[in-house]
Amino acid sequence: MTVLDVQTWTAVCRFDRLLPERGVAALVGGEQVAIFRTHDGAVFALANHDPFSDAYVLSRGIVGSRGTLPTVASPMHKQVFSLVSGECLDEPGVAVPVYDVRVRDGDVEVAVP
Amino acid sequence: MSAPRQLVVVGNGMVGQRLVEAVRQRDPERRWRITVLGEEPRPAYDRVALTSYLTGTTEEDLRLAPDGCYDADCELVLGDAVAGIDRAARVVTTASGRAVAYDALVLATGSRPFVPPVPGADLDGCFVYRTIDDLDAIRSRAASVTSGVVIGGGLLGLEAANALLSLGLATSVVEFAPRLMPAQVDHGGGEVLRRKVEALGLTARLDTATERISAADDGLRMTFADGSSLETGLIVFSAGIRPRDELARAAGLAVGERGGIVVDETCLTSDPAIWAIGECALAGGRVYGLVAPGYDMAEVVADRLLDGDAAFAEADTSTKLKLLGVDVASFGDAHGAAPDALEVVYADPVGGVYKKLVVTDDASRLLGGVLVGDASAYAALRTMVGQPLTDTPEKLLLAGPSTSDLGDDAQVCSCQNVSAGAIRAAIHDEGCADVAALKTCTRAGTVCGSCVPLLKTLLTQSGVEANPALCEHFDVGRAELFDIVRVTGLRTFSEIIARHGRGRGCDICKPVVASILAGLGGGHILDGEQAALQDTNDHFLANIQRNGTYSVVPRVPGGELTAEGLIAIGEVARDFGLYSKITGGQRIDLLGARVEQLPAIWKRLVDAGFESGHAYGKALRTVKSCVGSTWCRYGVQDSTSLAIMLELRYRGLRAPHKIKAGVSGCARECAEARSKDVGIIASENGWNLYFGGNGGFRPRHAELFASDLSDAELVGLVDRFLMFYVRTADRLQRTSAWIEALTDEHGDGFAYLRRVLVDDELGLCADLETAMERHAGSYTDEWAAVLDDEEKLGRFVSFVNAPDAPDPSIRFVTERGQIRPVVAGPTLEVVRR
Ligand SMILES: Cc1cc2nc3c(=O)[nH]c(=O)nc-3n(C[C@H](O)[C@H](O)[C@H](O)COP(=O)(O)OP(=O)(O)OC[C@H]3O[C@@H](n4cnc5c(N)ncnc54)[C@H](O)[C@@H]3O)c2cc1C
Ligand code: SF4
Repeated sequence: MTVLDVQTWTAVCRFDRLLPERGVAALVGGEQVAIFRTHDGAVFALANHDPFSDAYVLSRGIVGSRGTLPTVASPMHKQVFSLVSGECLDEPGVAVPVYDVRVRDGDVEVAVP
Repeated sequence: MSAPRQLVVVGNGMVGQRLVEAVRQRDPERRWRITVLGEEPRPAYDRVALTSYLTGTTEEDLRLAPDGCYDADCELVLGDAVAGIDRAARVVTTASGRAVAYDALVLATGSRPFVPPVPGADLDGCFVYRTIDDLDAIRSRAASVTSGVVIGGGLLGLEAANALLSLGLATSVVEFAPRLMPAQVDHGGGEVLRRKVEALGLTARLDTATERISAADDGLRMTFADGSSLETGLIVFSAGIRPRDELARAAGLAVGERGGIVVDETCLTSDPAIWAIGECALAGGRVYGLVAPGYDMAEVVADRLLDGDAAFAEADTSTKLKLLGVDVASFGDAHGAAPDALEVVYADPVGGVYKKLVVTDDASRLLGGVLVGDASAYAALRTMVGQPLTDTPEKLLLAGPSTSDLGDDAQVCSCQNVSAGAIRAAIHDEGCADVAALKTCTRAGTVCGSCVPLLKTLLTQSGVEANPALCEHFDVGRAELFDIVRVTGLRTFSEIIARHGRGRGCDICKPVVASILAGLGGGHILDGEQAALQDTNDHFLANIQRNGTYSVVPRVPGGELTAEGLIAIGEVARDFGLYSKITGGQRIDLLGARVEQLPAIWKRLVDAGFESGHAYGKALRTVKSCVGSTWCRYGVQDSTSLAIMLELRYRGLRAPHKIKAGVSGCARECAEARSKDVGIIASENGWNLYFGGNGGFRPRHAELFASDLSDAELVGLVDRFLMFYVRTADRLQRTSAWIEALTDEHGDGFAYLRRVLVDDELGLCADLETAMERHAGSYTDEWAAVLDDEEKLGRFVSFVNAPDAPDPSIRFVTERGQIRPVVAGPTLEVVRR
């Protein structure tokens, strides 16, 4: 049996367009996605929506680390989210959606279900 | 019980007094009766703090003996020197003819200043620096002369020179060696010291031998070996000390070839009934010129007199002192005398910092070191001598050792011999919660004070005092980090965190480092890696609002705006549909701009002659002003022109927090200057300058710092104040909180600021002014620079894949004729009729 790749990947920009340790916002199928590149070249994608302020701003937060976990802090009221799981590390129980993201031939691609 | 025995102590100096207290403490049954015979007319005083006697400390303040120390069994006789010892009869006789028998005799006669055999050294106007009487004599002479010379550029010579300066004399130091403090520092350190000392107004004549002193018209003339001469009002000799061993010598006790009463490791002389302690003793072939070894000897003798078995071991001769505001410290093998010792040197002649560590050739152990200009790491480094290094020498040199691994037996206070373990016990078991409590409880920090920083660290580690660490990535606070970055020259966050922190940073430390780099002239705040450090406001050079839009505030220096300017701003607001409002800082706020609109908005503003107002930055915001003497019938000075000049000078200055200023044209204070960090109010004769005001959560009035200043004087002081604040305040600490913190640390924060910024006690003023001059000279408009830079402009997009598509979540409604963001929750409606 052949397993079909049912995810739809959307190219949003060239990898070079991403500043290390910073994020950008992208519009993918009507969803606002925040895409981050960390110092080691890894890319992460979360929803751009900040659940605390209700504004679409997570892509503009400061990227960093807590312990060994890569994080972003909301630019509005500084709650910190895991880039890996989308969980808020300051407010247990709050999390933002995480999206699949990859780099193909220098293009950053995001899959939004 | 047997009859008490008689102990006679000769000399009531620091060490003799300590012996009395130590015996009293160990001898509750009074097995010893004590008689102390002192030559000076007053009871023992703190000679280490002698110089403070010239700056207001009184004799009573300096007195050492606790109340109740002397009584019927413990007698103190003053002003009567012992003239002879009859060892066979065990009796001493005094100058006044008193005879006192002893069972045990302790000589604690200290030392006398050495006066070199220069012809004329005994003339009127020549002094030494050892006793309160000496200082009284110097002070009375200083009242009638204008200049003074200290012969000897050692530790004490510089301290004496400092004292002469404080008496208002033009002061020179004449030193025979080619550098200052030859015994403590090496050549590099001596050079840094010379520069610092000269910057403070002292003249140093090195490599100079004095041949003769003669009386001159208004005082004394010194003639030097090279034939040159110098006239001066008074001369203080500080060319070393000699042990006072004359009594011992006359009594036939063994003395050293170069002086000093020979004692064994129990401090016993060649006569088993006679002991010698302190600076008069030659122990293990050495005479110690410091009080701590003397205290150790006193404890040893007290123990032995009461049948103990204590012994005196070779003592630590580390020294640290603050000379003319310059920290100087040396410890361990400071000169690298051990075979194959390696020296790691850091020298910053401009910043006035010199640090050297001496380590073993495999860099595994610390042997000693010299610190000049910044001795903050002294206390911790000293305890590590002989121990394996806990870090690379380079890191220890720059950041200082971490104290977490300080063993319980590491000595923290060498003057009073208190270990880290004893301090920890005092914190945990005695409940000591601050430095003052630790001092009372353990006596640590009560002599030279150099271990006080270490006491603070130990308190912090015990969780008792607030931890200065910035966040999980840096163990130091903003001020220390600023210094580290400044002296190491590291200019990227990656390097700084790799060498001085851990992890990848966060929203606390990244903006702090960004602010530090900006404060050190790091170029455009969005250049290279710096862009990623900025929080969203600095990243987009605009203030984020609750719905994710931004506000735009062009600079309006002093609040002065032309009709054309006003129209241009109005047109921008209209064309981009922005909400406009007048701010408290006399400028115009345009709100509701989306990220992708910012470049076009700013293009229009820059074309109309505006520039960034830094409303988004922890930076200088505005200098508010009234119309002053130009228009106002009460005005006495042109407050508007001054405000504009200041705003243009300090615009763009990044700081630990926002900075606001105000200038009023007369005492009516219409500009509300005293609610600002820097407030200026015109007087008939110039400007009165106030520091430390703010509005906000905890409003504070600025306090008067200086009066009747000229424009130039004013700018000089504000330069220094702001730059000192930028360098030393904590993250998000407004000037008022910073001054409060200075009060906690230095007594009176305002007085401290005057000493640093006016009297230049730390020798920083020139450096602070230069740094501000560099800032003012290198200012460029951040927004204009972005408009000229395609790469930076490319970041101002709503979505990477749809750069001009507005964020669909941002919605506005109209209220009172302008836009207002739509947000959830109730709103207040104002009905206009
Ligand atoms: C200005 C200054 C700054 C100093 N700073 C420091 C410092 O920062 N750190 C440090 O460790 N040390 C410092 N010292 C050195 C320190 O003061 C001495 O090490 C300490 O005072 C030695 O104590 P002592 O009791 O041995 O001698 P002293 O304190 O000199 O006491 C000896 C006493 O014996 C008396 N005496 C002498 N002969 C007779 C006699 N025949 N009969 C009766 N009495 C007699 C003397 O008059 C004197 O009062 C400083 C000294 C000075 C002068
Ligand atoms: S402060 Fe004085 S000069 Fe300025 S407006 Fe008020 S009254 Fe006039």
